Amino acid sequence: MLIAAIIAIFVAMILSIFRGVVGTTLYDRILAVNMFGTKTVLLIALLGFVMGRPEFLDIAIVYALINFISVIGVLRYSDTNQFKHTATDNETVKKES
Amino acid sequence: MKHTISLFVTLAVFWLLNSGHYSLLILALGFASIALILVIAHKMDVVDHESQPIHLTRNIFGYFYWLIKEIVQANIVVVKHIWLGEQSISPALKKIKISQQTDMGKVIYANSITLTPGTVAIDLVEDELTVHALLYKDIESLEIGEMDRRVTMLER
Amino acid sequence: MDIVITISSGFFLLMGSFLCFSGGIGLLRFPDFYTRMHAVGVTDTLGAGMILVGLMILSTDFLVFAKLVMVLLLTLLIGPTTSHVLAKAAFHNGLMPRGLSTLEQDNNKVYSTSNP
Repeated sequence: MLIAAIIAIFVAMILSIFRGVVGTTLYDRILAVNMFGTKTVLLIALLGFVMGRPEFLDIAIVYALINFISVIGVLRYSDTNQFKHTATDNETVKKES
Repeated sequence: MKHTISLFVTLAVFWLLNSGHYSLLILALGFASIALILVIAHKMDVVDHESQPIHLTRNIFGYFYWLIKEIVQANIVVVKHIWLGEQSISPALKKIKISQQTDMGKVIYANSITLTPGTVAIDLVEDELTVHALLYKDIESLEIGEMDRRVTMLER
Repeated sequence: MDIVITISSGFFLLMGSFLCFSGGIGLLRFPDFYTRMHAVGVTDTLGAGMILVGLMILSTDFLVFAKLVMVLLLTLLIGPTTSHVLAKAAFHNGLMPRGLSTLEQDNNKVYSTSNP
């Protein structure tokens, strides 16, 4: 049953990669990357049980935190429109610092 | 003071469960790191009723029980509509009024809405919450206010 | 006793894999970004929860059980935060949901003028 769950999660990861490649908007791609990350956490936990090494759970916890921080980090930029890098944006940054 | 103790207990439990080694040296190092974090948190002035909501402990377990039941029901509905396809959904975006007074209550309500599949809280301005739902029915059931009432009860 | 553990954990794992798989299907099938977000919500809450509960039943060590509970709590905390931030960023940068009825479009206009 563990093997079946691993296969199902692999299939879900492949589907989310499809969505990340097809995209159409930036946010679809970020959503697909986020889902890929949470599936990776589950995959690491399941692999730890299959191989009989539950220490893998530590890696799963760390991966969950890294995934969270990466998504928040990307969205901090996109929420403030820093992707566009207009001249005025750079001026305000210089003044504040 | 009680918030500091609560933070200490949380960090100690987290450390002990993650470590798994209980020799004296390792325990001393863990205690030192917890003390360092407590000092930094006090300097940042983040140890208060918002980061350590211990006044909610009395009612929160009943709320969690109810919320898990809601999440399971909403999941079944959303999975059913995934397999039924694009024609069966009716996406809707609407602003709804919320009745909570404190920031903590508003955040708990918005997060509960987002945690339930099928509804996502997009924006919160003053006492108006912008909600996107997969089905128009979901927004109607939010406007009836069962979840709103329970979150307000939680803060008493 | 052994057979009860095997059957119940197998049931939870199977339900979890089915939910994750249908979440992936929903991610491909749904028409626009906001509806796809709901499909990801399914895999983040109950899909991950079911698989982790199935592993919890299988675990023999207390520390392993506690770490699985920790992963579950982290997933439940992180899921809504990321989807809320993602939706807010998309909405403020002008990505409008498709297929709204007229009532909600009126609401939208009020919203977009009041919020710069």
